[in-house]
Amino acid sequence: MAKKVRISGLDLPGILLAGIVVLPLLLVFSGWLQPQTEVWQHLAGTILADLIVNTLVLMAGVAGGVLLLGVGLAWLVVMYEFPGRKIFEWALMLPLAMPAYVLAFVAVGMLDFSGPLQTLLRDWFGSSQWFFQIRSTGGVILVMTLVLYPYVYMLARSAFLTQGIRTLEASRSLGMNAGQAFFRVALPLARPAIVAGTSLALMETLADFGAVSVFNYDTFTTAIYKAWFGLFNLQAASQLASLLLILVVFSLGLESRLRGRRRYHESGALAGSSRSQLHGWSKWLATGLAGVVLLLAFVIPVIQLLIWSFEVIDLELDSRYLDLLWHTLLLGVGASLLAVIAATVLSIAGHPKPKPVNRLSARLATLGYAMPGSVLAVGIIFSVTAIDNVIHSVSRLWGNESSGLIVSGSVLALLMAYLVRFLAVAYGPVETGLQRIKPGLLEAARSLGCHSGGLLRRIYLPMLRPGLLTALLLVMVDVMKEMPITLLLRPFGWDTLAVRIYEMTSEGEWQRAALPAVTLLILGLLPVILLVMKSRQKESKG
Amino acid sequence: MQSFFLRFCLLLLLSLPVVNAFADPLVVYSARKEHLIKPLFDLYSEKTGQEIRYITDKAAPLLARLKAEGNNSPADILMTVDAGNLWHAAEQGVLAEIDSALLQDNVPAHLRDRQNRWFGVSIRARTLVYSTQRVKAEELSTYEDLADPKWKGRLCLRTSKKVYNQSLVAMMIAELGEEKAEEIVRGWVANLAAPPFSNDTKAMQAVAAGQCDVTIVNTYYFGRLLEDQPDIGLALFWPNQNDRGVHVNISGAAVTAASKKADQAKALLEWLTSAEAQQIIAGLNMEYPINTQYPVDPRVSSWGDFKADDADIAKAGALQAQAVMLMDRAGYR
Repeated sequence: MAKKVRISGLDLPGILLAGIVVLPLLLVFSGWLQPQTEVWQHLAGTILADLIVNTLVLMAGVAGGVLLLGVGLAWLVVMYEFPGRKIFEWALMLPLAMPAYVLAFVAVGMLDFSGPLQTLLRDWFGSSQWFFQIRSTGGVILVMTLVLYPYVYMLARSAFLTQGIRTLEASRSLGMNAGQAFFRVALPLARPAIVAGTSLALMETLADFGAVSVFNYDTFTTAIYKAWFGLFNLQAASQLASLLLILVVFSLGLESRLRGRRRYHESGALAGSSRSQLHGWSKWLATGLAGVVLLLAFVIPVIQLLIWSFEVIDLELDSRYLDLLWHTLLLGVGASLLAVIAATVLSIAGHPKPKPVNRLSARLATLGYAMPGSVLAVGIIFSVTAIDNVIHSVSRLWGNESSGLIVSGSVLALLMAYLVRFLAVAYGPVETGLQRIKPGLLEAARSLGCHSGGLLRRIYLPMLRPGLLTALLLVMVDVMKEMPITLLLRPFGWDTLAVRIYEMTSEGEWQRAALPAVTLLILGLLPVILLVMKSRQKESKG
Repeated sequence: MQSFFLRFCLLLLLSLPVVNAFADPLVVYSARKEHLIKPLFDLYSEKTGQEIRYITDKAAPLLARLKAEGNNSPADILMTVDAGNLWHAAEQGVLAEIDSALLQDNVPAHLRDRQNRWFGVSIRARTLVYSTQRVKAEELSTYEDLADPKWKGRLCLRTSKKVYNQSLVAMMIAELGEEKAEEIVRGWVANLAAPPFSNDTKAMQAVAAGQCDVTIVNTYYFGRLLEDQPDIGLALFWPNQNDRGVHVNISGAAVTAASKKADQAKALLEWLTSAEAQQIIAGLNMEYPINTQYPVDPRVSSWGDFKADDADIAKAGALQAQAVMLMDRAGYR
């Protein structure tokens, strides 16, 4: 029997979403229509090899770092009892609110040769040559890791919690020791969550330009901007960006092939209170480790930002800050709602048995996260001006000479860009949540006469609620931190805190950037704290 | 009747943007930061009643947006720093020619486009800053001299990715030829005491902290740093006084080809080069007035007079790509 490709009405929204994401990406790919031999020859002959090595080293370092910190800390707070555990459990999520470019400029400002710390060391010891060189490969990896580990931590922690201590107790009773239980039971079970978190972190690393440019660390993204800003060759920049995208598609494909067709339906039983108590030096070691991470990733940078803000507050603070705050918040809420609705539509369409068309639209619709923001923004501009031109020609039929630009330069274009960029962030938690809904439950509901609308209302939404909320809050934080897309696509007067930070840092006035940075951080903490409260609620219910 | 009403409503809806076009304010796409342009625009609006709207971003994305929007672009004026950016905008065909005797009068010929598509609005000088403790002014002479082995381990530079350095090297190519320029850049790289910095201020702080002895920066960054820390132990040096002079660049402005309000836009440009606006520009960011007859800010004049390079600044744009590639070859990150 020949296999037919069936597309039902339910698949259409997913296909449409994939289209919205793919259109700007295709426009970026269209850069290949004009070969840029000269630029390619130049790059290949000079810096390209170094850039690729740099990028791979950075990716490997960040992957190692976020896995170590994210999984390690999650395991620690879920399985063991140590002084301060209750605080660390939620506080370790706080660095989510820290934009990478902010931690980068704080770290370089504090730790570089001319910074306060090394100056102090020179005063004491006469030399600081032996001190850790922050503007180095190690420094970039450290900063990116500290900013990005919470993605892994958060997802791994909730995976460990939902596995249930009972699964692990069972494995222990079968004679495994703690290490074996971790590597042979807990880790494989948590793999989808850990992979989801790590790939978010890596995609963010690939697309990052703000943080690496503070370090003057050259990655593949640097080449994209060099081709564009330095050689004024947007085509070559698009070609480079599309290569980056192909790399991401390839690695995601590889991972899902490795994972195979295994599905994970978890018991849903939440951890009880049977954490093992750590004793003696090991309990203080645990506290120390968690404490150091929190200090480096959050506490110290925040204190430094507050000190700088205090120095410039008279100069900086005025009534505009209310507008900046309001715009930041509005865009964050609007874009995250949009992204979560889109992610839900996308993932439910293929549940519980995804057809190839569902898989493909989901894969395509979540590609935007790996594209550097500025390049994506240009792709969006091309798409919206194309839409505008259509509107333009239609309005001509009505006898209007010029309708100007309607979509471009509007909030709509900006929200669309955020959707394209951050759909992947929303999709992860929703999809993970969906995997916990066992097909049997749906069959039972159907046999009881429950159909599409009812299924959505009675099964999907209630069961997905934690995932939806996580998705909402994650996207909100990301949108509020986002800089390049906001810069290029914001409508007149829609300045946000990130825009203000850009205006200051691009002029090297890092101190003056501290006030908007700290404000952004506080604003970003709101969703993070909501996330934290949510995760605690879940725990107490279990 | 009903269908007529419906059509009327639709027409009204579709014509909304057109009606707006008449009352629309001037729209500026600016790569200059808000705090450097807002005071100017506020004053202009107050004086003339002309409302001005603006968005700020980097030059290249703004240019890409301008180009994508084409004839429908709402932008009337493009403001950027560095002649290179303006030269590229002109090349892409998004700028209009402006016929203004006033602008030609106020802006020196080498600091504006030959075809009158863009004009300098302020002058910025890129010069040497050195440690007064470890360097005597007599030891310094030219940009080229910083490639001499005597500066080994004593030089700090900002990244080659910044357009200011790209223009500096482009003008060196124009003056000395590509081969000689590359030799000099290689010499600089060999003399570096630390990897290139992400901005001028950091490079100067490194000199002050003793990581290196001399760097190349725009003067207003030096001015700002000095305001914060008057005793930082740094001083300015004007290089190449016996040959081509100090490398200067501009911040500039242009009227877009898409502008439907070219006359109003031109009027704003003309005002920006007037004595009144120039005084504000010079004061806001400690830059030099575009018309050398206007007074310099007192803080700036204390740094002394200098001979500036008077080569056609458009070359910075034409040679920018060549300069970027040269710096890549030389290993200048």
